[in-house]
Amino acid sequence: MNIVKWARLKSPWLLHFNTGACNACDIEVLAALTPRYDLERFGALLKASPRHADVLVVTGPVTRQVKDRLLRVYNQMPDPKFVVAVGTCCISGGVFNGCYNVYPGLDSVIPVDAYIFGCPPKPEAIINGVVALLKKLEGS
Amino acid sequence: MQKEELRSEDKKSSYELFFDIPVGPQHPALKEPAFFKFKVEGERVIGVDADVSYNHRGIEKALEQRNYIQNIYLIERICGICNVAHTLCYAQAVEQIHGKEIPPRANYIRLMIEELARIHSHTLWLGVAAHEIGFDTLFMYVWRDREVVMDLIEMLTGNRVTTAINTIGGVRRDVSDEAKYKVKKGMDILEERLKYYKKVAINDPTINARCSGVGILKPRDAIKLCAVGPTLRASGIKNDVRADDPYALHDEVPFNVITYDTMDVLARVLVRVDETLESVNMVRYCVDHMPSGEVKIKLPLSPPIGESVSRVEAPRGELIHYARSNGTNKPERYKVRTPTFENIPSVCEMLTSKNGYEVNIADIPITLASIDPCFSCTARMEFRDVSKGKTWIWSLEELKAHCKKKGI
Repeated sequence: MNIVKWARLKSPWLLHFNTGACNACDIEVLAALTPRYDLERFGALLKASPRHADVLVVTGPVTRQVKDRLLRVYNQMPDPKFVVAVGTCCISGGVFNGCYNVYPGLDSVIPVDAYIFGCPPKPEAIINGVVALLKKLEGS
Repeated sequence: MQKEELRSEDKKSSYELFFDIPVGPQHPALKEPAFFKFKVEGERVIGVDADVSYNHRGIEKALEQRNYIQNIYLIERICGICNVAHTLCYAQAVEQIHGKEIPPRANYIRLMIEELARIHSHTLWLGVAAHEIGFDTLFMYVWRDREVVMDLIEMLTGNRVTTAINTIGGVRRDVSDEAKYKVKKGMDILEERLKYYKKVAINDPTINARCSGVGILKPRDAIKLCAVGPTLRASGIKNDVRADDPYALHDEVPFNVITYDTMDVLARVLVRVDETLESVNMVRYCVDHMPSGEVKIKLPLSPPIGESVSRVEAPRGELIHYARSNGTNKPERYKVRTPTFENIPSVCEMLTSKNGYEVNIADIPITLASIDPCFSCTARMEFRDVSKGKTWIWSLEELKAHCKKKGI
């Protein structure tokens, strides 16, 4: 394992972007970072700027209004970048599937590396998803 | 004449006296996509423009396409944090069309879950507000203690956040005696911690320096701009749907309406902490006085023809649902009026410097957070032809055809 890959595995910095979620997934993503679940023990840190982030954590169904902004945030992230879709709405549109202003899933807009299902997923599931992504990186 | 005045204003801005600062849709101060444009002169904020349309999903239209039972699960996804208030309001509106009363035990369970959700929402907000002023230690402490109430909600309803406990005609689950014991124990832990946080909010110099005298909303402006909920009560106006128009047996459960009259962000912090303590007592009262009996009555899937309005005090303020039934198993029209939408004009007022009241750029995040914004339930749309002064609403099919034509 070279040093760049080692550093990448030990400090995956996250950018959380809400594309129209109902806030349930957002508070569970935040809860995963707080003392009981403590996602930060894997080196993960929530960052505010897309230019500092390695992993884009997307919650919510992608609305037509937010699509261009999502693409812009995605393009601003430096390579290599990874995308995690959190919640059923983000994966497939979920309960909002068929609404006129919602895309049927995040992968119809940008490529996705890990899917975490649930409505909303429990913090344990979010940790599991991030660890699964790290394992995938380790193997690549 | 008017045009000339406008032009001279434009000239001023071209000399770079004023700047526009865009905040959003992705910004560290915002947890959700919303867009605010601040007009600043140096460090002073002199104007603000809000755009909250990023979360528009078209829920009201979707509600008309699904039946009443499916709608419970769609309604609670309007806002994940106040989902209990939304399902309660929806269930009450539909029961009102049916013209049926639900059993008292169901009402007590509804009220208890509603107050537990209020505790969860207010503690969540306290943590986020601490994060906005850079006090991350408090954020972590509060969120650690919030897990107590999350565990109780999970035990009682089966899910941590979106509970779906309220259904048309009552509640889905009964509360066992063992669960009651655990709820009481959890309330004891929470009460002790909340009293500590109240002491922190009053005594801590960091919180005082960042919160007192910031984001002033005068009582007259609060009434004029239709502020609701803790934002209104922090301006010294006693207004709470639970006390003014009691629903779900709120008239049987004693509680105090909390008001503070300093009108600033600190008052909003203290109103919410005190309200949480009131909720703790209300949950205890519900556990002690819960009557026995059924928790659900069976109602037909299609309510009779009619319409109804239902009001609930959500954690963020007054929530109003309107339903119109045409006798089929789908509502003909459903309208939701959410508290954050009502509080947007107030927050714009709080963020505008005038008459000796100064707003700094550094105060923007905490002032925005002080109304406990929840933009997911806020987005609206209508169509307007400005030249003809005409406003209209499209059907789903027309909208889909329009989107296809435009290639969106």
